Amino acid sequence: MLSFILRRLGTMALTMLCLTLVVFFLINLDPNLKKLAISQTEMHTSAEQLESWLVNHGYRQNFFSRYGQWLGIVPKQPVTDPATGKPARRFSFCNDPVEPTFSGVLQGDFGCSTKFKTTVASKLFPALGATGILMFWVLVVMVPISLLIGILAGMREGSRTDRTLSVASIASTATPEYVSGVIFTVIFASWLGLLNGSAASASRGITFYNFTLPVMTLAIYGIGYIARMTRASMVEVMTQQYIRTARLKGLSFGSVVVKHALRNALIAPFTVIMLQFPWLLTGVVIVEVMFRYQGFGYTLVEAAGNNDIDLLLGCSLVSVFIVLITQLISDVGYAFLNPRIRVQ
Amino acid sequence: MQLEYIGAFDVVLGVLARFWPVWIALVVVMGASFAYKKRLGLYGQLFDSSVGIVGVGICLFWLFTAIFASTISPFNPLVQIPIMKDALPGAVEPQSGLVYLFGGDKLARDVFSRMVYGSQIVLIIAPAATGFALMVGITLGLPAGYYGGRIDTVLSFLANLVLAFPVILLFYLLVTPGIMETPIPYAMAGLFFLFPIVFFSVLFWTRYKKRPDRLYILLGLTLIIGGWVYAGLVFDADPFRIIHIDPNQLNIFVAVVFASSPGVFRIVRGLVMDIKTRDYVAAAQTRGESPWYIMLWEILPNARGPLIVDACLRIGYTTILLGTLGYFGLGLAPESPDWGTAIKDASRLLRSFIHPALPPTIALMSFVLGLNLLADSLREQSMKD
Repeated sequence: MLSFILRRLGTMALTMLCLTLVVFFLINLDPNLKKLAISQTEMHTSAEQLESWLVNHGYRQNFFSRYGQWLGIVPKQPVTDPATGKPARRFSFCNDPVEPTFSGVLQGDFGCSTKFKTTVASKLFPALGATGILMFWVLVVMVPISLLIGILAGMREGSRTDRTLSVASIASTATPEYVSGVIFTVIFASWLGLLNGSAASASRGITFYNFTLPVMTLAIYGIGYIARMTRASMVEVMTQQYIRTARLKGLSFGSVVVKHALRNALIAPFTVIMLQFPWLLTGVVIVEVMFRYQGFGYTLVEAAGNNDIDLLLGCSLVSVFIVLITQLISDVGYAFLNPRIRVQ
Repeated sequence: MQLEYIGAFDVVLGVLARFWPVWIALVVVMGASFAYKKRLGLYGQLFDSSVGIVGVGICLFWLFTAIFASTISPFNPLVQIPIMKDALPGAVEPQSGLVYLFGGDKLARDVFSRMVYGSQIVLIIAPAATGFALMVGITLGLPAGYYGGRIDTVLSFLANLVLAFPVILLFYLLVTPGIMETPIPYAMAGLFFLFPIVFFSVLFWTRYKKRPDRLYILLGLTLIIGGWVYAGLVFDADPFRIIHIDPNQLNIFVAVVFASSPGVFRIVRGLVMDIKTRDYVAAAQTRGESPWYIMLWEILPNARGPLIVDACLRIGYTTILLGTLGYFGLGLAPESPDWGTAIKDASRLLRSFIHPALPPTIALMSFVLGLNLLADSLREQSMKD
């Protein structure tokens, strides 16, 4: 087991290395750098001034050395101030080192956000915290509801309950966040006036009034999917021999479901819930933009829209990490939950 | 000037009447399918369950809407008639006397016509991108599952690499205006569009190696048609100027294929690993058939059930992805009538007007729902066998 986890962690590190290299390459394409220079300098700058801005801020150093600096395996070089000729900070608003030092992601320095004029860490981690709160409530809503629907539907395959709930869950998987968000806002905010169509005030304090719509919107897409998986697994368990045995020895249907079927039926949904995280990540971006909630997704969109190189790299690192770690947890957890699976 | 309005009942009637070519086509196709359902194989079996009928009906509805879009829609989706700005549903346009059935949006365009034309964009890009993703996924998934070993390790690692990207980040990186100045989208298009040509060439080569008369015709056709489409799509150099794709649409197309082919790859690989242990594969191996013959003519036809179901779901998912792209304003032109862009524009103004938001959302939802219902009943039917 330990060697399995270690090997997986090794693959994970390799994957992250490759992915960050790809992201680094794509963000630092020449048109993107030009856009960054244009947005960072005054209006009406000539091409030479843009170029000199890029050189002065270290964007024209060798690609691999810059990637190494970001990663922290090559010492970060300070730039030379053109006026004084002395080494200077790249950006005045960050505490970049003035001497060459190892200061990259591996040392915990995520770099400098050009859009928000602060360090990436001071922007990214509060945003992650805000998204964590959103995710927590989404999971609290999503998991019990979807498991309940799945179990009720899968208990008696082909019954009327099963068919109704199955169609309902298909409908919910057919509703992406930007569709359900609009529909819910129309119903609950515009017509009924019960809930707030914007979660901007949720950063100051979460209330039922401003937080229900984002949570609902984000949960609805996942509910259908998890419910369908739970149903499939429940249907399979209910046809097993031991269920028939339990029924034949005179147990009531309810206690067969609760005592014998439930535990075995919940193994597969666990994996599915874990693998839902990457999907939730996309949903989070849509929902946070739609309801103006200042979390991770909002930061990602701002970073991408303004070519904020270091912030976008930080965001991608975080999201790739989340995807890979949930995959690992789902594999390991599956092996733990299901005694029939052995990992070598 | 005051606008005249027609009542809600008239709006409903008007909408139903505008869709007349769709109703006729639907009745003809559904009627014929019902009558001959015994002879239509898997497609005919769909008509045995109500879920299947609804699924087929919704998909055909949008298909015919896309085909007859110019007949159905009363207005040009891009033309703005200033007086109709934010008009409520049922407003009569004074000049032509035609009705803005679902009202006007903030740029005074007809919401109904935009919804109808939006279906064209979705129904061209989503199935085509899914088709290419299937080609790429199958061509790479077959050898990975069949040979295993190092090929499998390398290809699976690459697939996992793409799958570990959150979709939204991938699109923000791949579908930016800046990237059009670099050769990356064209290189990727050149690579992806090669797969169908390779696939069909190998397909015919393995089967008709011993029968040159057939082989040369089929190979020649593949290379000529494939090469023609390839030249038109990648280099925009179609000699007859029929096949043409805008650079930004090519970019979207490539990004969508790139995002969804690893999923197909994983499914194909899993299916192949399962099927290659069957007796008929062993029999073919004993006969001395070449590995690619076994993969393409023994394994692939037996993996078609799950692949068809997956293709249906994937078209729906691609529709959602296109909507996401539109919602974030990536790739598509800002005035494009596709559903995602329309939802984005309307959702910013929900506080004042809700009518421009509902038609595109309901359209997108119903189309994806139709595809999901179709996939669900296909799965049920193929499990019965």
